[in-house]
Amino acid sequence: MTADGNFAPAALQGSRPAEACAPELPVLVERGQHEVFCGLTGIIWLHRKIQDAFFLVVGSRTCAHLIQSAAGVMIFAEPRFATAIIEDRDLAGLADMNDELDKVVGRLLERRPEIKLLFLVGSCPSEVIKLDLSRAAQRLSSLHAPRVRVLSYSGSGIETTFTQGEDACLAALVPQMPAETSASPRSLLVVGCLADVVEDQFRRLFAELGVGPVHFLPPRSSGELPPVGPQTHLLLAQPFLAETARLLENRGARRLAAPFPLGIEGTTAWLAVAARAFGIDPLRFDAVTGPKIERARRALQRYRKELEGKSVFFFPDSQLEIPLARLLARELGMELAEVGTPYLHRRHMAPELALLPMGTFLSQGQHLDRQLDRCRAARPDLVVCGLGLANPLEAEGLTTKWSIELLFSPVQGYEQAGDLAELFARPLRRRAKLARLAEAPARAEPVRILAAGE
Amino acid sequence: MQLTLWTYEGPPHVGAMRVATALKDVHYVLHAPQGDTYADLLFTMIERRDRRPPVTYTTFQARDLGGDTAELFKEAARDAVARFKPAALLVGASCTGELIQDDPGGLARALNLPIPVIPLELPSYQKKENWGAAETFYQTVRALAGPSAPQPGRPRPAPADGPRPSCNILGPTALGFRHRDDVAEVVKLLGTLGIRVAVVAPMGAAADDIARLGEADFNVVLYPELALSAAQWLKRTFGQPFTTVVPIGTGATRDFIAEVCGLAGIPVPPGLEEGAARAPWYSRSVDSTYLTGKRVFIFGDGTHAVAAARIATEELGFEVVGLGTYSREMAREVRAAAGRLGIEALITDDYLEVEAKVAELAPELVLGTQMERHIAKRLGVPCAVISAPVHVQDFPARYSPQMGFEGANVIFDSWVHPLMMGLEEHLLGMFREDFEFNDGAAPSHLGPGSKVPAAVARATVPAIIPAANDPAPAGPSGWTLEAERELQKIPFFVRGKARRNTERFAQERGVALITVETLYDAKAHFGR
Ligand code: SF4
Ligand code: SF4
Repeated sequence: MTADGNFAPAALQGSRPAEACAPELPVLVERGQHEVFCGLTGIIWLHRKIQDAFFLVVGSRTCAHLIQSAAGVMIFAEPRFATAIIEDRDLAGLADMNDELDKVVGRLLERRPEIKLLFLVGSCPSEVIKLDLSRAAQRLSSLHAPRVRVLSYSGSGIETTFTQGEDACLAALVPQMPAETSASPRSLLVVGCLADVVEDQFRRLFAELGVGPVHFLPPRSSGELPPVGPQTHLLLAQPFLAETARLLENRGARRLAAPFPLGIEGTTAWLAVAARAFGIDPLRFDAVTGPKIERARRALQRYRKELEGKSVFFFPDSQLEIPLARLLARELGMELAEVGTPYLHRRHMAPELALLPMGTFLSQGQHLDRQLDRCRAARPDLVVCGLGLANPLEAEGLTTKWSIELLFSPVQGYEQAGDLAELFARPLRRRAKLARLAEAPARAEPVRILAAGE
Repeated sequence: MQLTLWTYEGPPHVGAMRVATALKDVHYVLHAPQGDTYADLLFTMIERRDRRPPVTYTTFQARDLGGDTAELFKEAARDAVARFKPAALLVGASCTGELIQDDPGGLARALNLPIPVIPLELPSYQKKENWGAAETFYQTVRALAGPSAPQPGRPRPAPADGPRPSCNILGPTALGFRHRDDVAEVVKLLGTLGIRVAVVAPMGAAADDIARLGEADFNVVLYPELALSAAQWLKRTFGQPFTTVVPIGTGATRDFIAEVCGLAGIPVPPGLEEGAARAPWYSRSVDSTYLTGKRVFIFGDGTHAVAAARIATEELGFEVVGLGTYSREMAREVRAAAGRLGIEALITDDYLEVEAKVAELAPELVLGTQMERHIAKRLGVPCAVISAPVHVQDFPARYSPQMGFEGANVIFDSWVHPLMMGLEEHLLGMFREDFEFNDGAAPSHLGPGSKVPAAVARATVPAIIPAANDPAPAGPSGWTLEAERELQKIPFFVRGKARRNTERFAQERGVALITVETLYDAKAHFGR
């Protein structure tokens, strides 16, 4: 957001497509140990969203262990995910493995009659032994039709990093989406898993703007897959959806280039792009967004005081790093020490890159030890990183924000702008509160019984 | 193919990580795909370690598979040795690494590293975490202590440092349930016996310490799942006997002391329990009488389950109605323990089976892992945690061993606590029908988040102020006025139960109208 709050009309009038103005920021591309989750992790939020879907990982004990470690307590809430663990005797004969899989799926569907959509989720082991899950999905689909539809995608670590699992999942849904009819009106398709509360906020906003009909992918129920075709305007809500977007574009959808709806500026620009595509009057846009921008700005103000001038270092994790860095730099006044991303999709990221401060240090991929060296040398005020790194870095005296929370909490849109800033401010505030204890005990003023001093 | 929602154990390479992380100067290079690094968070988050586990992952990706993943591995191993300067290197593969067949052992040997390289063969599609830990520890001990083994046939050299008997403590690892404090407690206990602890391993041991394991007189095996194979090898190689009793519980601790003193050739010193062992008296105190015959279900790793069964029956006077384990390696021991109790052991790693068993047996207390805690929560049964896998709160900041006399005290408190809570909850539930009931109160162990919803409480409380106006919905059978009056004479905190029991009794027998006689018939029927 520019200081005068003028961004929205500018975006509406913007003569150049945003992509063209993306500076060719240099990127350090690294290869080495990656400290990241694999795409299986996406199951944790995807299964909450699509309420009649079940995710069956075909993998090893490692895969099962990963999901349970990442899902923590959720695993006990009758989760709609599980692992079919490949065993030694399965490896002996691939043909039997398909039989085994059919049996496992049969048993599962018997136990969970409410399931309408089953995803077979590929893992590293299933990919390496070339177990053909898409064929298995077809076979099982015809076996269990019409009650259950069976699809497949890969969430393996060799192919996907963390949020790319969602991309792979949504991409598997694209061929299932009905085609637009010739009578279909121009429509907006918002793609990317959003918390229900955020989705509802956006629905209301688009309705107020007069943008519609609006559909969301993924839908809350597998029976509500939205139509797609040349009348579909595609608006990405998440930055990690390269493959899904490609398939939707192949089906005729037109992608609207926009920054991602994080922070006031991102949300405004994101809405503005849709508004422009639907020919909405800029005055109406301002009238609708103005009060919400005002409210969000009030929410952000106090965080700006806490965060301004502080430096932040992003380890690669979710591909949300660049939009988050943009938000922290432009709306909260933070300095960017390094912005690491597991993967940089230049085209989708172009509007974001255009907004990054000049000279931002971007890195893609990872060589963990070297990146840790850089991080220690930079001594940033805040490090955004995964759970495997957070405590060790804290113990070294750095302050960290663990990144997976950014995926599990509602962070998009105006009403969440303050909450999002809070996620970054809280670790710093906590460190300040505990500073006395952390530093030499002698420095602290002893707490005295007041009566003693009388 | 096994359908799994929840696994009690991770894959074997996580066991290897537990050993590597426990050791001081050993690094582990793991041939694994990008993504398997998730395991780091078990150590940094659940155990709250202040440094990364000493593990380097090759993190190969699909695009590497066509090319030279072996080269990737060599590079990672070379870099790890240069950067971390370990005294020894463990090398191995995770489940996916196993499938691409790069042979980490051979590759690492070809590098001619200046330190010992210990290759690990961990069959990921057969074995699990505990086995992986045991195997890793065994291979490490063999590789590092092996060179100092005496020639076959030669007797053990006399202990270097005089007549004082010495032992090693084997088994504690990273991510072990209460390993940190068990070690402290057992070291203290051995100290009071006059036995010197030479090496604790793998926890806190350096490669050099492992190399001199053979010098002690005997070995203390704290966790058989993790240390038995190493102890057996040390016995074969150095002639060191090892302990077979795990000192969890007062009785087991006494047996352990006797065994250790026997191995050390010293008499059992008197007065060991004075001041230390409070659990036996607490258990005898009249306050504990209500524990008698409480029906308890026990599940966990083999060692902790067997120990818990003994404590439950011999030291707390419970009745063990179910006993089981997820560790197949310990199935024999658990079956034997169950046999002594006249029940059949449940050997499974499917938590749904455990859940079904708990539901079927309807115990009054569940002792298990965090999975059993959730099962118990769902079924509304009190529960305490006795075994891994556990969550972050079972790596407590305070001193809380399971072993030795202090361990027995800790166990007494932590097992009885949920029951006290259970009783408290029960009473509060009853109080709810009393006009003095305060609607803000909820069973304290449910925490502040689980208050009786204010609306519900408000709706019920005023309605019951006149005692006769009982809010309980009229049962299938009616009550005579006389029986209803008799019921009101029963103390309010058991009145609800009496009403339910009587109505059930009446219903089962097709009694349409409950009289005073029915009430007492039912009481006689249900009374203990
Ligand atoms: S990285 Fe591969 S093997 Fe590891 S948990 Fe993910 S899918 Fe499974
Ligand atoms: S309740 Fe259990 S699963 Fe949930 S966080 Fe606590 S220990 Fe973990």
